[in-house]
Amino acid sequence: MTEFIAFFSDFSLRNVALGAALLGITSGVLGSFTLLRQQSLLGDALSHAALPGVALGFIISGSRSLLPIMIGALISAAAAAVLMTLIINRSRLKTDAALGIVLSTFFAFGLVLLTYIGHQNNAGQAGLNTFLFGQAASILPSDVWLMFAVTLISILLVSVFWKEFKIVTFDRGFAASLGFNVLWLEFTMTIMIALAIVIGLQMVGVVLMAAMLIAPAAAARQWVKTLEHMILVSALFGALSGLIGALISATGKGLATGPLIVIAASIIVLISLLFAPERGLLKEALNRRKNNKQLRQDHILLALYNLAKEHNDPEYKSEIGMIKSFYHHDPSKLLKDLESQGLVYTVEHMKEEGKHWVLSNKGYQDAKQIWQDIGGSQ
Amino acid sequence: MNLLSQPDFVIIAVGALVGIASSLLGSFLVLRKNSMLADAISHSILLGIVLVFLITKNQFSPFFILGAALIGVLTVFLTELIVKTGRVKNDAAIGLVYPFLFAIAVVLINVFARNVHIDTDAVLLGEIGFSWINTVQIAGFSVAKALVSMFLVTLLNLVFVVLFYKELKLATFDPGLAAALGFSPSFIFYSLLSLTSVTAVVAFDAVGAVLLVSFIIVPPSAAYLLTDKLWKMLFYGAIISLGSSLLGYMSAVALNVSIGGMMASFTGIFFILAFLFSPKYGLLAQEIRRKSLEEENTARTLTVHLYNHENKETSDEECRIEALDSHLRWSKEKIDKVLSYSLDKGLIRKELNNSLLQLTTKGRVYAQEVLEPWSNI
Repeated sequence: MTEFIAFFSDFSLRNVALGAALLGITSGVLGSFTLLRQQSLLGDALSHAALPGVALGFIISGSRSLLPIMIGALISAAAAAVLMTLIINRSRLKTDAALGIVLSTFFAFGLVLLTYIGHQNNAGQAGLNTFLFGQAASILPSDVWLMFAVTLISILLVSVFWKEFKIVTFDRGFAASLGFNVLWLEFTMTIMIALAIVIGLQMVGVVLMAAMLIAPAAAARQWVKTLEHMILVSALFGALSGLIGALISATGKGLATGPLIVIAASIIVLISLLFAPERGLLKEALNRRKNNKQLRQDHILLALYNLAKEHNDPEYKSEIGMIKSFYHHDPSKLLKDLESQGLVYTVEHMKEEGKHWVLSNKGYQDAKQIWQDIGGSQ
Repeated sequence: MNLLSQPDFVIIAVGALVGIASSLLGSFLVLRKNSMLADAISHSILLGIVLVFLITKNQFSPFFILGAALIGVLTVFLTELIVKTGRVKNDAAIGLVYPFLFAIAVVLINVFARNVHIDTDAVLLGEIGFSWINTVQIAGFSVAKALVSMFLVTLLNLVFVVLFYKELKLATFDPGLAAALGFSPSFIFYSLLSLTSVTAVVAFDAVGAVLLVSFIIVPPSAAYLLTDKLWKMLFYGAIISLGSSLLGYMSAVALNVSIGGMMASFTGIFFILAFLFSPKYGLLAQEIRRKSLEEENTARTLTVHLYNHENKETSDEECRIEALDSHLRWSKEKIDKVLSYSLDKGLIRKELNNSLLQLTTKGRVYAQEVLEPWSNI
């Protein structure tokens, strides 16, 4: 408990934790849209493509303060987005190539610019390291305020254009037919993603920023069905990963915050994929098992039913070998299960032939229903 | 000092070999619309490098190649596994897997900082400028190590592509047919990606993960805009890589900036050039084609107009230059253009002091092609 209090009274730690949580919220909300629009790797591309802007921000402002770098990154990410759209629409290359081309060449050009700065003063190398891996520990209260502002703007924009964003996400053509300016809306979304990326660079770095825009949303998608809920859960998962990453990093083992946040988010994804109540893989496996068992039981009931029908005796006493010849496997266990459900019961027919199985009244009705459902002859 | 250990030559040659080796494989990734797997693999091999380093405690070990190939295959395998659950789409799956592997690698580097002498910057960015420093003796010559290893990898990739050219082509363009004929497309695909990982790990010293992505994806993409033939695409990709390496090195030295970065930037410049000026698929060619189609269509409209009013009472009124303005609502500029185009092509001629327009035989056929397409068959 004292550690817990100590944590929140620790100044720099509080900044890191707050920053990580804010980043998680922003990228969780925006990531939900990119995931559903199948543009998950857009974040990856844009985060790499921000590098030239970061470098230009350095060059023009001559300082490492966040605002000019943010503006630079925003401009270069926007340029990348425009170029990408151009390549996809006006050449025979597909989205994947457009992403890869823009990502790698912008990054390379950014590297050239940074080494150029590096020879002028020493800010280049330090800036590059921050850009690549993030430097959560160096976050200042003013940075946290900036991140807060970006989070607020994102949430505000999403609420104001809620209907528009939602329709564009699910049915672009329909949105256009309603008279929405689809291009403009998409551009707004892209710019918002670029904003999120810019604040994420400081926290987790360029490579891992891609994951922040995907993992919380992918995890959230497993638990809920509507966009409203998905955004809430995704923001929650994002914030949670951010906090977990910041806390573990704060234990003082010298672990970088960024990778820990991403690992936390990835584990949340794994848990969600496996254990989500409806879409979870575990649930699916259990369902399949249940269905298999039901199918086998139905099979046995039908065997008994048909034997009874052939003999014009609803209480026909079937011998186990007879049932086996219908079912092709050993039916003993299934028969016991059916017995415990009150669908069949056993009688001693002839001592030397052992137990015989009879459909109960309920079992007979059930079997008749199944027989009719599968379209069996009367 | 001989050529094979001379810095300028070594750097350019290593850059060119990285480019050629990567674009050979990248061509198939671009054609299969799987380019971003190159991005994923080149990042996640960091984990392979770290793990091998921790196990062997050796900076130069053949196990790096094995580790990289395994991690590359693991990346693709995990991505496909997630996609197969049907819960997450392909692009998102890529973006889930490789950052996770990369994050683990960075944490491992943090934890074992004292044992792992891996400079994370170097893995992402490389330093091709130092590639000439380490040399080996071959037949009495001192040859740069990076040159030897890149040469071997390029040779390996080349042999793979040449030997399996038919299979690669088939599996790329028609995986269904490839499977039906008994070539396993997924086996070919995994071999391709293993080789990509091997190339990445050998090249990472020189250019690093992110810049490698540009060598894998950009030259083949530019080449794809220049040709429809697969072997030409491979060839152009290699030429572009060579050019990028050469020009990149020269300008990097002139400006005193990152050599690898400049080489990769030049692949981008070549791409932009192909995107704008490719004779068949370039923006300029598209624009010219559009313009000439527009001209042709206007001329056809003119011939149809004249054909409709030919030998009718109204022909004196309709088949005049003035009518194009008042009846067809064409601008003066458009009228001038279409008249000179049609006169050039011999579709019409001017009569009676240039005021009356009349179709030539060729112009009549031209109009009939649209109005009565059956009449000339």
